[in-house]
Amino acid sequence: MDWTPYIAGAGIGVLSWLAFLLSDRPLGCSTAYARTSGMIERAVRGKVVLDRAYYKQFAPRIDWEWMLVLGVVIGAGATALLTGAFALVWVPPTFEAAFGPSVPLRLAVALAGGVLMGIGSRWAGGCTSGHGISGTLQLALSSWVAVFVFFASGILFAFLLYGVRP
Amino acid sequence: MNEALQRLRGNAPAQLVLGLAIGVGFGACLQIAGVTRYDVILGQLLLTDFTVVKVMLTAVAVGTVGVYLMRGAGLADLHIKPGSVGATVVGGVIFGAGFAVLGYCPGTVAGAVGSGALDALVGGVTGILIGAGIFAALYPRLEASVLRVGALPTATIPDLLRVSPWAVVVPLVLAIAVVLYGIELAGL
Repeated sequence: MDWTPYIAGAGIGVLSWLAFLLSDRPLGCSTAYARTSGMIERAVRGKVVLDRAYYKQFAPRIDWEWMLVLGVVIGAGATALLTGAFALVWVPPTFEAAFGPSVPLRLAVALAGGVLMGIGSRWAGGCTSGHGISGTLQLALSSWVAVFVFFASGILFAFLLYGVRP
Repeated sequence: MNEALQRLRGNAPAQLVLGLAIGVGFGACLQIAGVTRYDVILGQLLLTDFTVVKVMLTAVAVGTVGVYLMRGAGLADLHIKPGSVGATVVGGVIFGAGFAVLGYCPGTVAGAVGSGALDALVGGVTGILIGAGIFAALYPRLEASVLRVGALPTATIPDLLRVSPWAVVVPLVLAIAVVLYGIELAGL
């Protein structure tokens, strides 16, 4: 039996204690993308972007959660380098086995999936971290509903995409 | 509450450093578990690899006990996200479609970028930023309509069941242990 997923999961649980205790916040990732999107749009279109109702709620600036997401990039990257798992990959093996080695195809699919993910996570008010871990551990009703729907829908679309085959 | 803790929580630069540090730990955990890989996420959604469920359920079991203990000691407050059928369920369905098509979520995509997944960086992150921007632009219209439909009856499950939080935490942790044991027994 492989204990790694349990050790990593327990580690994330302890990090969520630290987030509540030291920062009075739950772990979450998706609002950082909304803030970044606002920062980019502001750089292009100017201050009118700040009039958007959504950015009055989630100001386009670097905050705790933005730093958390930056930390995830650094922490995963450093761990990957240390364990020898770091590799520059354009097309993941599972995708390649089903849809071929085309890089433009994978990027187009990832972009489309990303757009859906960006809309869906803000629409639902959280992602697999904010709802799936932080919300459920607080016993939030919305988060248990969200994580159930995330996986039910994810499983449905994954089977549609890959076809129902063993 | 502890005065030093209050000062730390109010110290903006220290909080940015803390966010970064907790993120580094979070990224390390995601990477060690392997959930920063597209193949592992799709394996979960295609029900052939239960790593994602193992990581998430363990995190929830450990997290819920600690957070409710700290809350009981007056050291932590809950931060519950509001929800409704129109927001949580409709958004959740769109999220699930994105989850399957992209093969990463907003946290794991950041970890994937760190571990060298270029599809996560060029396709995934760009897409999520565009999607979040689209949602921000649509927000006033959605907020006035679909997001308000079918408000959830209570904020938390203990409120819904009218029991103390521990009457949910303890059975939940036991249920998670049973589910994880079952997954291992089934060899998944």
